[in-house]
Amino acid sequence: MAIILPDEPTPIAKVPSTENKTGGWRTFRPIINYEKCIRCYICWKFCPEPAIEFDSPDAHPVAKPQLAKFDSVKINYDYCKGCGICANECPVNAIEMILEEKLEED
Amino acid sequence: MRHLPIPEEEYMLPGHTACLGCGATLVMRYLLKALGKNTILSIPACCWAVIPGVYPRRALEVPLLYTAFEVTGAAISGIKEALNAMGKEDVNVVGFAGDGGTADIGIQALSGAVERGHDVFYIMYDNEAYMNTGIQRSGSTPMGAWTTTTPGGKKRMYKWEPKKNMAEIMVAHKIPYVATATIAYPEDFIKKLKKAKEIKGPKFFQVFSPCPTGWRVPPNKSVEVSKMAVLSKAFPLYEVEHGKYRITVKPKKFVPMKDYLKMQGRFRHLTEEEIERIQEEVDRNWEELLLKEKITQGETHEI
Ligand SMILES: Cc1ncc(C[n+]2csc(CCOP(=O)(O)OP(=O)(O)O)c2C)c(N)n1
Ligand code: SF4
Ligand code: SF4
Ligand code: SF4
Repeated sequence: MAIILPDEPTPIAKVPSTENKTGGWRTFRPIINYEKCIRCYICWKFCPEPAIEFDSPDAHPVAKPQLAKFDSVKINYDYCKGCGICANECPVNAIEMILEEKLEED
Repeated sequence: MRHLPIPEEEYMLPGHTACLGCGATLVMRYLLKALGKNTILSIPACCWAVIPGVYPRRALEVPLLYTAFEVTGAAISGIKEALNAMGKEDVNVVGFAGDGGTADIGIQALSGAVERGHDVFYIMYDNEAYMNTGIQRSGSTPMGAWTTTTPGGKKRMYKWEPKKNMAEIMVAHKIPYVATATIAYPEDFIKKLKKAKEIKGPKFFQVFSPCPTGWRVPPNKSVEVSKMAVLSKAFPLYEVEHGKYRITVKPKKFVPMKDYLKMQGRFRHLTEEEIERIQEEVDRNWEELLLKEKITQGETHEI
């Protein structure tokens, strides 16, 4: 007797979690001060979502001319939950955590 | 142009459902960066069973088989042997479980799997309690900690038994590779994973994985508390390759246990004498580790 398998014998999770915009969880929003950022990518390394992405070198202001050849970083607020690890680990304190409500008021 | 300290590829997607600042997500992110796409995971009941989201959602770009709480070791043995039978011997098969699922309920299946010598990875993400069900004590909960089943009170019923040493239990199985790692040192973790990838046989990692929710630590401090665990000797980073110990991070200057403990609400109740006792315990463990390194290497390494 032939074994009849269902069309999908194994459940395949086809929908990527990126459909889930966890940015809505945020209480504090990290804001990068590009005048200070040294493009070291430490924030990218430690983001647990990950919600820190790369941008072209000239997409944002640059702190020093020597850094102008390096890619910049930007935060994807669709997914950033506002944990604050990036701000805590940034070696030059270029990231400030600001209460979302306060940003809405301004 | 960018010079990145760790591999750029991401196999863990955002949109997952872990708490803010969860250390266990960084363990997964770094693991998959090191092992790459040719990997199959098996995860038992634990926080990571819910972090990927509810079916049909996925947060990981590799196949994942969920198993019952106590059988991760058996599951990865079976997956590996099935792949071998199919002639696909180059796939990384990885068990990924919490400390409860590893040091307590899953220890029998794990012991059997590594003793049989399957060519698998086992990653214990050690958040030092059963977090997914609400912060119950595990064998891997450290001395002095508050949990919901060691709630303290007048009789000071905290977790007074020492932390069960899973890495040493694996070393006692004489497997080819055992390592500890933590999220504040991703370069060290990834280096160890890449080395382990070249070794045939069972490979065990105990990865210290801060849990802001269960440890009563602000979410922005989870990487910092992980670093403090290494600098205070609470969680030394080392590897044991074919029985040879090597401490991979030797802090030039240690910080007192007190500074590490004070960062965390779960240790808030500790008295000066209790902290002193814990300090003595970690000092002794560190001395023991130095001796093991010396005896097995014939010399000490400066890193
Ligand atoms: C046999 C069995 N007992 C109990 C449970 C309930 N349970 C699900 S997850 C969990 C805790 C897991 O703890 P741990 O392995 O430390 O992982 P963490 O949640 O901390 O990530 C428990 C007790 C279960 N699923 N199966
Ligand atoms: S606040 Fe947390 S989630 Fe948001 S970008 Fe920083 S590290 Fe990532
Ligand atoms: S850690 Fe700070 S300096 Fe480094 S890239 Fe991020 S924001 Fe810039
Ligand atoms: S309870 Fe702890 S380990 Fe579990 S998802 Fe939350 S932070 Fe991570």
